[in-house]
Amino acid sequence: MSQPEPETYTFDFYKETAEIVAESSDELRIKIGEFAGPLDLLLFLIRQEQANIFDIPIARITDEYLRFIRLMKTLDIAVAADFLVMAATLIEIKSKMLLPRDPNAATEADELDDPRQELVDRLLEYEKYKSAAQMLYEKTTLEQAVFSRGKIESDDENAEVSATVFDLLTVFQKIVARRAEEIKMEIHREEISLADMIKDLRRRILEAGEVSLLAFFEEMHSRRELVTAFIAALEIVRTETVKLVQKKTFGDVILRKV
Amino acid sequence: MSEAVEEALEDAPKPTRDLSELVAVVEALIFVADEPITTKLLADVLDEDKQAAEAAVEQLRQEYEARESGLQIRVIAGGWQIATRTEFHEEVRKFLRTRPSAKLSLAALETLAVIAYKQPVTVPEILEIRGVQSASAIKTLLDKRLIVAKGRKETVGRPMQYGTSKDFLIQFGLKDLTELPSIEDFEDLVS
Repeated sequence: MSQPEPETYTFDFYKETAEIVAESSDELRIKIGEFAGPLDLLLFLIRQEQANIFDIPIARITDEYLRFIRLMKTLDIAVAADFLVMAATLIEIKSKMLLPRDPNAATEADELDDPRQELVDRLLEYEKYKSAAQMLYEKTTLEQAVFSRGKIESDDENAEVSATVFDLLTVFQKIVARRAEEIKMEIHREEISLADMIKDLRRRILEAGEVSLLAFFEEMHSRRELVTAFIAALEIVRTETVKLVQKKTFGDVILRKV
Repeated sequence: MSEAVEEALEDAPKPTRDLSELVAVVEALIFVADEPITTKLLADVLDEDKQAAEAAVEQLRQEYEARESGLQIRVIAGGWQIATRTEFHEEVRKFLRTRPSAKLSLAALETLAVIAYKQPVTVPEILEIRGVQSASAIKTLLDKRLIVAKGRKETVGRPMQYGTSKDFLIQFGLKDLTELPSIEDFEDLVS
């Protein structure tokens, strides 16, 4: 195997440490120079070398490309991956070109054999869109010099007028939702311990002589308080000199001091 | 001005306006419209046929042109719009105290170019042309409402397809997508 070029190309993935400059939830963002991507960089290098895009001096360009990547101190993780893919592609093309042609395939058309062809096609395709981007840039710059009338206050702009029944419904639902939360929080704050409940009930029985259980339970705001009140009533009857009186079946139960 | 329109509408079913009247009322409508107003909408509102509306707008446009007005009547995003002339952008900007809005990055512009010409197009297809991940550029373009999702492609993974929006036409001063030069035209520039 012939080795026409003495230089060797190494690409040490461990040496090229990537730095994370900005980290957000889904993107690691660092800019690589002014290049929008590996194809952009490649085009730049080809132009810098004043090379013909249809006959890229692949060894020189690959060298330049790798040198450029090494120069970059801050690498965007996501972009860097794309740049490295291109580096690998270049090296692959270069090694293919170094290999002697398969003598059995010599009859094949030369152009089809050129390992650079696919890359050239991609570069040409990309460059069209790069020019289109330039055109868009010019258009938007021009357009920024034109001003249309500012919006006038029509019903559309006036939020007070433009509300529909559905808007009202939406707002209402929101209020209801918020209210539900508020109520929940209130209950939490007013939660009373069993000891306090017993103390409170005992005080009321001592003061009034008797307490209607029905009225007492109705004062409770939540299921939890109700349960606490019920247990408190049981406790009072068990520990204190209080008896339960019921005037008729299924009627109200009265706690009465003995 | 709205009175004039109402009066005109009350004249229905068959309004009889001469051209100068029609030009005047068309001017009023283009002036109040929030978005570029189409010839069809003008014709519908005025109960005129489309040709008459078309002729009126064209007449109006030429009148602005002829008297070298500070305003221009122009077609944008498929509709008519009254806008200031580019020559006066410095003065207008000084008065409005605005600066040219933040420009799109190179990556975003490239991505937008690919989407504009290849729409509807998927993220992998954009990657193929640009040779670089375009996720953040696409997010920027979506945030600026220059592109919109155009359904999913019926292929492996059903990727989302993107296309340009009406805002794109407005912000780039385009009548419609056909006003974009053909992508093949850029080929000559390349070689």
